Amino acid sequence: MSDALRKEVRDWMAKHLTGRFAPLWMRAGAGEGDVMPELRKEWERELAAGRWTCLGWPEEHGGRALSVAEQVVFQEEYSRAGGPGRMGHIGEGLIGPTILDYGTDDQKARFLPPIRAGEAFWAQGYSEPSAGSDLGNIRTRARRDEATGDWLVTGQKIWTSMAHVSDWIFVLARAEPDSVGRKGLIFLMMKLDQPGIEIQPIRQIGGGAEFNSVFFDGARAEARDVLGEVGDGWKIAMALLGYERGISTLGQQMSFAQELDLIIEIARENGAAERAAIRQRIAYAWAGLRAMRSLALRVLSEDPDAEAELMRERLAYKYQWATWHRDLGALAMDVIGLDGAPIEGDPRRERLEQMFLFTPADTIYGGTNEIQLNILAEVGLGMPREPRGTLT
Amino acid sequence: MHLTLTPDQRMIRDEGARFLAERASSEKLRALIEAGTRWDRDLWQAIAAELGWCAIAVPEDEGGLGMGATEVLVLMELSGARLAPVPLWSTLCLATPLLLALGAGKARARLLERIVAGEAALAVALGDPGAADGGAATITARAEGEGWVLDGIAARVIDAEAADVILVPAVIDGGTALFALERDMGQEIAPLETLDATRPVARLTLDGVALPGSARLDADGLTADQMTRALDMAHLGLAAEQIGAARAVMDLTLDYIAERVQFGRTIASFQAIKHRCAALEVDMAEARALALGIAAEFDTASAEDIAGLRVLAGDLARKAAREAIQMHGGVAITWEYDPHFYFKRAQATAALLGPRDAHLERIAAALLDQGDAA
Ligand SMILES: Cc1cc2nc3c(=O)[nH]c(=O)nc-3n(C[C@H](O)[C@H](O)[C@H](O)COP(=O)(O)OP(=O)(O)OC[C@H]3O[C@@H](n4cnc5c(N)ncnc54)[C@H](O)[C@@H]3O)c2cc1C
Repeated sequence: MSDALRKEVRDWMAKHLTGRFAPLWMRAGAGEGDVMPELRKEWERELAAGRWTCLGWPEEHGGRALSVAEQVVFQEEYSRAGGPGRMGHIGEGLIGPTILDYGTDDQKARFLPPIRAGEAFWAQGYSEPSAGSDLGNIRTRARRDEATGDWLVTGQKIWTSMAHVSDWIFVLARAEPDSVGRKGLIFLMMKLDQPGIEIQPIRQIGGGAEFNSVFFDGARAEARDVLGEVGDGWKIAMALLGYERGISTLGQQMSFAQELDLIIEIARENGAAERAAIRQRIAYAWAGLRAMRSLALRVLSEDPDAEAELMRERLAYKYQWATWHRDLGALAMDVIGLDGAPIEGDPRRERLEQMFLFTPADTIYGGTNEIQLNILAEVGLGMPREPRGTLT
Repeated sequence: MHLTLTPDQRMIRDEGARFLAERASSEKLRALIEAGTRWDRDLWQAIAAELGWCAIAVPEDEGGLGMGATEVLVLMELSGARLAPVPLWSTLCLATPLLLALGAGKARARLLERIVAGEAALAVALGDPGAADGGAATITARAEGEGWVLDGIAARVIDAEAADVILVPAVIDGGTALFALERDMGQEIAPLETLDATRPVARLTLDGVALPGSARLDADGLTADQMTRALDMAHLGLAAEQIGAARAVMDLTLDYIAERVQFGRTIASFQAIKHRCAALEVDMAEARALALGIAAEFDTASAEDIAGLRVLAGDLARKAAREAIQMHGGVAITWEYDPHFYFKRAQATAALLGPRDAHLERIAAALLDQGDAA
């Protein structure tokens, strides 16, 4: 089964990632989230037409109900073929599964088909200026419009990836005015193209602008677009984060391997491969990548009897790959050396330089390294929780 | 391939852990060392004869249990966790795979039977146990009449004192042969003082030692390839011990810091401490996953993967022991507390079969010096 699937993906990619889609080959990876958005949306529709989106979703919602192992095969072959970063990721991998589990029938019917078809793209509105690691400190307000039952949202989200090229945003907001922390939150799904919303791209370290500030000034979420109940916001927000168990990271590892190959190639060309310390670091990176693969395969296990055994590894995985990748960025630059100075020219160098500039973000987004360690210590090792301070 | 243990493997682990918790305590280890005893004969008896651990990796058609590298990994983690002073690694991970790699032969089959029955502890007189490839044989052999005569010194033989039979690779006619050296054949075994008192090492001197014709185990030479295959399992076994030892010393540290109070709170509540425990846990996850991945496809595992495992597992064990000492504070510098056993074992094991930089260089050479990249 999986060999046949492997071949099917390979053949399909070879046939379709060409012609007008050829410029997307190996693009939109780390630090390049904002390149060629329109062409990438078309590519999502091409994938959808080939039935390659939402592979793990149930068939009644247009998925293929593929097992984790089969989805891994797809991810690996997609990346091996140089498939571009997925515009549809937030819809397919995050909000889609959340709607499947918590949505009403009406919400499923309205939101899922456009995600599957590559017609609706989503952004994630969690972080705020005063709510980063401390996500419970959300201040964006949602007030109920008694006439319509709709929710009117005021406040600011920040670091919102791809908001400027998305159609919808899911927003964690405070629905009960005097509530604090995780209580009193609401999970809203909102159209981005409306009068009360202003999106300002934020220029990034690498020159591009993949994330944004999103300002809400009485923007409207329809009454029927609340996911869960009022007050369930935190529960749903956390459930959403739980769906990302790492299937896509196996595809990501393919691009890590490609990056390491580029480093090796350049090291052989410019003589860095003869320096003992560089040799050891390249070897160490290689070993870490091999371990990452086995770790991902363990983390993806669906064996219920292995749950206890895997709990700590699940909590360790993000820190492991993010830290590995950040170190790879530094290694790449040390191998390139002074030759790294000109940004123009060799596309390999450009890719590695972007990687170097973006990998520091790997240890920040999706829970910083320090937060990962806190959770691993507290939940995984049963150590005492961090005390909360009194400043706001 | 999900790399989780099967119910049978979990059962082996749980029963083994229960057994060792009773029979291989650190009090017992300390008493043995203080008495100058270099290995635990009773424990070995129980492991080999009662539990039959030495039979697991021998194929069924050779009389064994026919299990795989994952079961070996599980058992070696357990014995590593307890620093069990028994010749398990030498017998299970070095000598047995060497005999299996050798192919057919009557003397070899007889020896395997003894291993399976738990009647024989084995050691291997590697030319250099500090080298990743075991080094070149330092003993020479010549034919004399119906038998053989062996000469030379193997400077450091792990578990030589405990072994009923020492496998001796010896140079003969330009090639290498493998001989079985039973006890009291005229060899001299001189115990060495070493850093790690939980793994005995001795110098083996053979001065014209005469062996019967049946002592030669190979049919037509011991090849480098056979040796490599055996050493792969030896490396996996050491890595498993290192991972098991790291787990144990991390667990005893977590227990200690959950109790010890300073500044009106447990030291486990300090974030500096929590983060370092968690970071170690990440290293643990990484090394253990790699070990399980290699064990699951052991027959096709690459030399580079095995080298990488030794690096990660070796780093893990040393860091875990060092952190354990730091987090225990002054008591860790005493003989009475356990961390120092792990500290010494971690350092000594990292040097066994190749130092860290040699493992990395082995990977680097494959990636950087030849043909196509990774
Ligand atoms: C490229 C990128 C894309 C992103 N995309 C999105 C998106 O699409 N949607 C979205 O909602 N958010 C997004 N984020 C935001 C991301 O989730 C936050 O940046 C992250 O949660 C950290 O919050 P912060 O930036 O406010 O840092 P802070 O929380 O201010 O942290 C600053 C430093 O303090 C440390 N620190 C904080 N608390 C503790 C603690 N308790 N113990 C120890 N150390 C601590 C942190 O680890 C960090 O090192 C994105 C971020 C990046 C970089």
